[in-house]
Amino acid sequence: MLLVLLLAPMLTGLVRVVKARLLRRQGPPLLQPYRDLIRLLRKEVVLAHSASWLFRVIPYLVFAGTWVAASLVPTFRSGLLFSWSADLIALIALLGSARFFLALAGLDVGTSFGGIGSSREVMIASLAEPAMLMIVFTVALIAGSTQLSVMAAHMTSGAVGLRVSLGLALLALIMVSIAENARIPIDNPATHLELTMVHEAMVLEYSGRHLALIDLASELKLLFYVSVIACLFIPWGIAPPDGNAGAIAVGAALYVAKLAAGAVLLAVFETSIAKMRVFRVPAFLGAALMLGLLGTLLLFVSGSL
Amino acid sequence: MVTFALFCVVAFLSLSPIAVVLSRSPRASGVVYASCLIITLTLAVVGGMCLTGQPTSRITLPLSLPWLGAHFRVDALSAFFLVVVNLGGAAASMFALGYGQREHAPERVLPFYPAYLAGMNVVILADDAFSFLVAWEFMSLTSWALVVAHHRERDNLQAGYIYLLMAGFGTLALLLAFGLLAGGSNNYLFESVRATPPSAGVAAIVIVLALVGARSKAGVVPRHAWLPLAHPAAPSHISALMSGVMTKVAVYGFVRIAFDLLGPPVWWWSMLVLAIGGITAVMGVLYALMQHDLKRLLAYHTVENIGIIFIGLGLALAFKAYGMADAAALALTAGLLHVFNHSIFKSLLFFGAGAVLNATGERDMEHLGGLIHRMPQTAFAFLVGCVAISALPPLNGFVSEWLTFQAILLSPQLSSWGLKFLVPAVGALLALSAALAAACFVKAFGISFLGRPRTPAAAGANETDSHSLAAMFFLSVLCLVAGVLPGIFIDALAPVTNALLGVSMPHQAGLDWLTVVPVAESRSSYNGLLVFVFVVMSGSIAAFAIHRLASDKMRRGPAWDCGYPDPSPATQYTASSFAQPIRRVYGTTVFHAREVGDMPPPGAVRPARLTVEIRDLIWDAAYAPIAVFIEYATGRLNVLQFLTIRRYLTLVFSALVLLLLVLAIWS
Repeated sequence: MLLVLLLAPMLTGLVRVVKARLLRRQGPPLLQPYRDLIRLLRKEVVLAHSASWLFRVIPYLVFAGTWVAASLVPTFRSGLLFSWSADLIALIALLGSARFFLALAGLDVGTSFGGIGSSREVMIASLAEPAMLMIVFTVALIAGSTQLSVMAAHMTSGAVGLRVSLGLALLALIMVSIAENARIPIDNPATHLELTMVHEAMVLEYSGRHLALIDLASELKLLFYVSVIACLFIPWGIAPPDGNAGAIAVGAALYVAKLAAGAVLLAVFETSIAKMRVFRVPAFLGAALMLGLLGTLLLFVSGSL
Repeated sequence: MVTFALFCVVAFLSLSPIAVVLSRSPRASGVVYASCLIITLTLAVVGGMCLTGQPTSRITLPLSLPWLGAHFRVDALSAFFLVVVNLGGAAASMFALGYGQREHAPERVLPFYPAYLAGMNVVILADDAFSFLVAWEFMSLTSWALVVAHHRERDNLQAGYIYLLMAGFGTLALLLAFGLLAGGSNNYLFESVRATPPSAGVAAIVIVLALVGARSKAGVVPRHAWLPLAHPAAPSHISALMSGVMTKVAVYGFVRIAFDLLGPPVWWWSMLVLAIGGITAVMGVLYALMQHDLKRLLAYHTVENIGIIFIGLGLALAFKAYGMADAAALALTAGLLHVFNHSIFKSLLFFGAGAVLNATGERDMEHLGGLIHRMPQTAFAFLVGCVAISALPPLNGFVSEWLTFQAILLSPQLSSWGLKFLVPAVGALLALSAALAAACFVKAFGISFLGRPRTPAAAGANETDSHSLAAMFFLSVLCLVAGVLPGIFIDALAPVTNALLGVSMPHQAGLDWLTVVPVAESRSSYNGLLVFVFVVMSGSIAAFAIHRLASDKMRRGPAWDCGYPDPSPATQYTASSFAQPIRRVYGTTVFHAREVGDMPPPGAVRPARLTVEIRDLIWDAAYAPIAVFIEYATGRLNVLQFLTIRRYLTLVFSALVLLLLVLAIWS
């Protein structure tokens, strides 16, 4: 649990560094997200007059939900103590709960920016969530399970091989991850320009420790998605539950390498593409949904595709 | 047991005349609702006892048709529905103890309330087609009387009229279904129907008729048109009963016919049920998203949940048709668990809407806002209901949807090609409806309870009374318990699936940490309790650590809003503007939604206007032509009213000759 918490800001920091270097900027140091968090935690909270008790509770709920979801993904060792307590569908739904509350927070103060963020966020989610579930269906039908540990073990076993449906699922999963993490071309994490922001508009009224928790939650969410992609599609190196210290060390090193590779790829992708208009997002996510559905359909038609 | 249950029904029926006598007295509503609370609780306990231990019991009364008698029976299925109906009834009675005090015309509500409860219970207890249909019609009529209780309000009479038409149509379909089941041998007893299942052709017609009949009552697309009109028109506790409970009685009717009476199913039945369920789920939630009347939004949302229930039932039929009994048990359990869950959280949400209506006099969300400050407890209970109905862990709505997803994941083994293509599509529709439901309830809660008050009525609202709050908190606790300890409820459904399919889901109670394992642990498992504990723990650790180690200072200030806060509450997002992106994405095709902007030219002083046009295509395609046809036909037949006596006699005579001819040729 602590591991993901400590690694998450680093991942975001790495994406920022790589993006800055690609733009020939110096960029912030790798550890800047940690400093930001500590600075925010120390500051006092400024609450709007019209904010309710729910507004103050939501950062903790969002953080807790995302943290639990991120901790239940097998990272470098598959025999997690509690990994059976929630399967992949439940983890997605748990992140859905976090989003539900965050969208409520956007509406709580009663400003126009909060509303614009919430309403766009639920529109994006209404397509991203079914797309994610169809991806889960595709992978679960191949692995015969929705448990992440079992899925990862099945993927490493060599019984899978190259499959069309897996390719479709991977493509769709990448598209969904970009949307879910409010990345370019769906949303821009670095903007405060009113017509382009979604996630940032929702959390505009937050400050101090509340903002720190929400930022940390978004960093954890990015880590969650990179870990899920790593666990399902590049599971090599994950130590088995009875693995010895050597296997675990190799697994840990590979996991960090996978995260770094994911961060670099994300940064390259973000730099090479322009932001979309909001009403082109449904087409993007609709494509992801159709890819996921196509993957599932292929598996229903023939188990070997 | 069944005798005792019937005594309770008699108690309901005897309450009605008492209510008529008492209704002018100020204590009447207290007496009636308190007695209903006691009777419903008793019946719920009876149902629970029958479900856990008692074998089926039956009784025959010398009522109804002299050669038939009235037969009543409690088996596992009816025991489960007894629990659902009476738990909902008990909560509604509890809520009404407070809410009903402010009813301005109690004499229009009180006599029908116990009769309505009695009708629903008798439908479930009935063991022959005649008592079933009589009770079904009794339930429809009493609920119609409750829908038009506030008949002076705009549109309520029309809602009642449409409701009556649709209910009559549904009963007609069921009447024909039971007539076919009885066949030529007059076996109206369920038992003898079970003993001699009908031939394949008859069974096919019966299942279609049963679908039409149950659909008309449950509000499945395209027979849903009456539901969002009728449910909100009634007083709120009645809306809760109609939406949360009576739709479940319709589901009971369908399950009874499809799983119990008709014998082994054929695979294409399930395709019918699945397709209808999937379309209903998505259409229902899209309709709900377009609404800004709080109670109507909830009513449309019932349509969605009935769709989810029918997806579970359709999967169960498919698995049963192909002999996959374990998978069928899983799918049926998912469907029935959603029946239970939906009856809880939908009642809870209607109670919340009723409390808001009482406090502000408003059902229109555009006139609400900021109620969380004025009604914190109602807001909390309503929030619990919103999270539960949006299928978010760790509450109960998620469990039943999760089980449905698990059932879908078992379905590639079905060998029919039609199902192979249909089931993934239905899975996508189910996922889509779950995500849209979350959007819908962000809107419902966020616009009505959060933000700043949009009208003085919302700004001056007061917290509702303690009885209503008690009912809401009771249901909230049930939502949480059913969410974190679903194993208990799944085990409780085992007798039902045993009776209908011969098998049940694996026993859940003995598993470590109360985990839910539908098939095998390596396949999937979910532990609501641990997820709940983890979330609570990590949230409190974070709060504690931050407050102790970092900062706990707080200051109030004006909202930031990027530097341009506007004090007018009109600058907030409204229900329509919140739904605008979704309306643009889905509505342009589904509803032909169009936005018409009217911008005055520079210098003009009239305000700019934006109107949204939404067309209900199903109404236009299915209902409007019928109305046009009836209008045309009555116009033409009107001539017959002004004939001379000679022509009338000729008409009667020729009709007689024609009928005799038909009879002669027929035999």
